Amino acid sequence: MSDALRVGVVLVSHSAQVAASVAELARGLAGAGASVAVAPAGGTEGGGLGTSAELIAGAAASVDRGAGVAVLADLGSAVLTVKALLAEGDELPPDTRLVDAPFVEGAVAAVVTAAAGADLDAVEAAAAEAYGYRKV
Amino acid sequence: MLDADFFRRWMTATAVSVDREAERLTALDSPIGDADHGSNLQRGFTAVAAALEKEDPNTPGAVLLLAARQLISTVGGASGPLYGTLLRRTGKSLGDAAEVGEAELAAALRSGVDAVMALGGASPGDKTMIDALVPAVDALADGFGAARAAAEQGALATTPMQARKGRASYLGERSIGHQDPGATSSALLIAALAEAGSEAAGE
Repeated sequence: MSDALRVGVVLVSHSAQVAASVAELARGLAGAGASVAVAPAGGTEGGGLGTSAELIAGAAASVDRGAGVAVLADLGSAVLTVKALLAEGDELPPDTRLVDAPFVEGAVAAVVTAAAGADLDAVEAAAAEAYGYRKV
Repeated sequence: MLDADFFRRWMTATAVSVDREAERLTALDSPIGDADHGSNLQRGFTAVAAALEKEDPNTPGAVLLLAARQLISTVGGASGPLYGTLLRRTGKSLGDAAEVGEAELAAALRSGVDAVMALGGASPGDKTMIDALVPAVDALADGFGAARAAAEQGALATTPMQARKGRASYLGERSIGHQDPGATSSALLIAALAEAGSEAAGE
């Protein structure tokens, strides 16, 4: 399947380092040679802790290949900002979805699934399923 | 009737009072939040004032939609999308009318407050901005002054509450005894509405 048909993934965290590191982790676990568009949107534009609508919109545009974009967010303003941008209607690419999933586990599941060429529904389901993976 | 000018005055009066009270808002946010509420809102409403000056929207709805967009994109904390959603839904409810009545504004603002509750999941009594906004909207039928008083009362009444939403909720019982910064800034927003109204009456 060509890259043009893959779902993009955006990782929104209060921290630029967290978003970038989780993106790197998910990409790494997706396997060598896997082509999937993942973009971090972490922290504020000034580099502080917080959420930037600008960075989120830019990241979503950068991973949009026409097959939809799955957005995962950590907490508080990251979640609320994505929801507010989605409500705006024209700030994010068409078929952008906030995926209800744990941030790290969900990101890995979303990226691995997207790399396999799954559609947006399947990527969302895989990420959400990560909530059910108990550790004890 | 309330025209675009009235709504512009409402937003600029909010920018002025947020600027004046930024340190107090941040101080309220220190014990129960992450000490950025004042500076975040200051950045947001400074951007609102600048955008209104530059783009000069000419209907009440357009003024609020422009303000909402600035807040969502510049605040950087949860108050950005929350206040952005409040003004956006209120502005959408007002539509394209060049002028709106006070009753229409009251109904629009109620839909805005409902949208904030849906977005953040907060209800009255959770120690949030909702605790100032709901009483304000309830009192709006009696005029802007009554709404202002109700919002200020509502903000003060958050002090004995235990936070159930946002970062403050992690503190559990330790959130009791602090006035909520979001309710406090919401009271500023409603007070600015009264200010814009009294300027209109004085014209």
